[in-house]
Amino acid sequence: MATTVIPFGPQHPVLPEPVHLTLKVEDEIVKEAVPALGYVHRGLEKLADIRDYHQMITVCERVCGICSMIHGTCYSQCIEEAMGVEVTDRAKMLRVIWSELHRMHSHLLWLGLFADAFGFESLFMQFWKVRERIMDINEATAGSRVIVSVNVIGGVRADLSPDQLRWILSELDVAEKEIKEMQDTIMNDYTVKTRTCGVGVLSYDQAYELGAAGPTLRGSGVASDMRMSGYGAYGELDLEPIIETSGDCWARSTVRFREVLQSIDLVRQAISKLPEGEIAVKVKGNPPAGKEVYARVEQPRGECVYYIKGNGTKHLDRLRIRTPTFANIPPLLAMLPECELADVPVIVLSIDPCISCTER
Amino acid sequence: MKGKVIEVTIDNIVGEVMNMKNDGQRFVTFSTYQEAEGKLGILYHFDKDLEDTHLRLVVDMDKPIPSVSGVFFGALLVENEIRDQWDVEFDGLVLDFNRTLYLDPEVTQVPLVSNVKIEPKK
Amino acid sequence: MLFTPTVVKNLLKKPATRKYPFEVREPFPNFRGELVIDIDSCIFCGMCVRKCPCQCITVDKQAGTWTCDLHECISCGYCRDHCPTKCLTMKDTHRKPLLEKTAWVEQGTPPKPKKKAAAKKEAAPAEAEKPAAKKAPKKKADKK
Repeated sequence: MATTVIPFGPQHPVLPEPVHLTLKVEDEIVKEAVPALGYVHRGLEKLADIRDYHQMITVCERVCGICSMIHGTCYSQCIEEAMGVEVTDRAKMLRVIWSELHRMHSHLLWLGLFADAFGFESLFMQFWKVRERIMDINEATAGSRVIVSVNVIGGVRADLSPDQLRWILSELDVAEKEIKEMQDTIMNDYTVKTRTCGVGVLSYDQAYELGAAGPTLRGSGVASDMRMSGYGAYGELDLEPIIETSGDCWARSTVRFREVLQSIDLVRQAISKLPEGEIAVKVKGNPPAGKEVYARVEQPRGECVYYIKGNGTKHLDRLRIRTPTFANIPPLLAMLPECELADVPVIVLSIDPCISCTER
Repeated sequence: MKGKVIEVTIDNIVGEVMNMKNDGQRFVTFSTYQEAEGKLGILYHFDKDLEDTHLRLVVDMDKPIPSVSGVFFGALLVENEIRDQWDVEFDGLVLDFNRTLYLDPEVTQVPLVSNVKIEPKK
Repeated sequence: MLFTPTVVKNLLKKPATRKYPFEVREPFPNFRGELVIDIDSCIFCGMCVRKCPCQCITVDKQAGTWTCDLHECISCGYCRDHCPTKCLTMKDTHRKPLLEKTAWVEQGTPPKPKKKAAAKKEAAPAEAEKPAAKKAPKKKADKK
């Protein structure tokens, strides 16, 4: 029994972003894993001292490229709560529409990368082909493909006309048909099941105690979804958390696939319930001194926590962001021991590592 | 701020966190802020069935703070990040990176303590 | 085996990729592309300087110049939204790649009527300053 130390380095073909794990391996079975972060630390929380609170929205949106709209929504909600600003119903519903489009394109990106992790490149290309339709919707309605930058404090700054709403619904119909063609492959194919069933198991109690978030938590059977608390316009929409009970990589992948179909349904509901009204409210003044606000939203990767402390001036005293991948790293360290070396890329990818969020 | 806020002191923090765990609360994260010159305020956030509970602890920055990573393993990353940002000591941390989690070993300036408010250039 | 219908369909249809740069897609109308300024309507108020999140615009009111650092600009559109005279617009295509870093400086006419009013005001305070200057040292002597 020979013990070797293998670096699962910052550069790896399967990782979208750099993270380093030192694996102690005995004859191809992993015994221990130690993480090392810090490759993309930008110090964004400190930037709140220099940029005023209106300009900080652009910084918060760039914490993560894929979930950027939801970061902007959470920050705007916190500042609006601190200053007592009431956002119109139309703005809340528009924010929900763009947030759900973001959730769809993030999960489709992940499904493609997951198929690539065990070598199924054709399925990877198929998922990304469907994703291009969602990017076209983003570009035509909000102004940009990935970082849409459509939130302002007090509402949104782009509106959807009835023609655009009809076009969105027709594009989603085509996308849903294409996604359902791949459902059989990603859930039932023999190769996919051999590589993912029984790999990286996280039990219900472990997931609850280690503080996991998002599909990592819901894939182990815990029914916890921040959207059920009804922030924004989610209180008027009809949704149930999607759970699977086996706790392995297959369960997490199935949860994300079913969430794509759930998001299409939510966008259709939101478009049918869209109220009339203004899209933004004028905001004057500064966040009051000593006021603390705490808010949680549901990002594609899990729950994201924002804590803001106001100062009385136009700069914030403290802006604290905790992203879901930060909470999912201790469960990863609990999943890795007693697995084979060839399964490590699949397990690391199954928590959806967004390291630029983690180390903002 | 939504949720109940309970004030704790340095002596009963580990006991309170153990009570939270036995109650079935899920650990979320810590937030830190500058309370006064040389004093650090830490908020421990917990969640059960979408309801928030918070514990507030105010400490001096030069004394070691008891660590809760023995109770909740998930707290070790947050405590290492607080070490990086504020340069405080934690007593009993399960896996200590010694201020190198985000920062490079040769960085000596403490990020959130030196309060630099730069005016935007005219 | 479950993937075979998709493979057959892909073999029979035309490729999904476009042969860029020979075939270019029609741009979408709302896209935030290159920034364009109509320098003749600009009043040099400095609103775009204050609102820009990257601090990439500088305005000199006396000389009448408006400068934008193209490599810092993130195309967010805040300057376009807050401009009082609506002289900033965004095209619906990207800026083409540049071979070297150039500074984009626009020279406009500085606001003239204000200069005339300033000239009148310069004459008036110059007269008022002299008696004020005589009074000021007396007041300071009293305070000390």
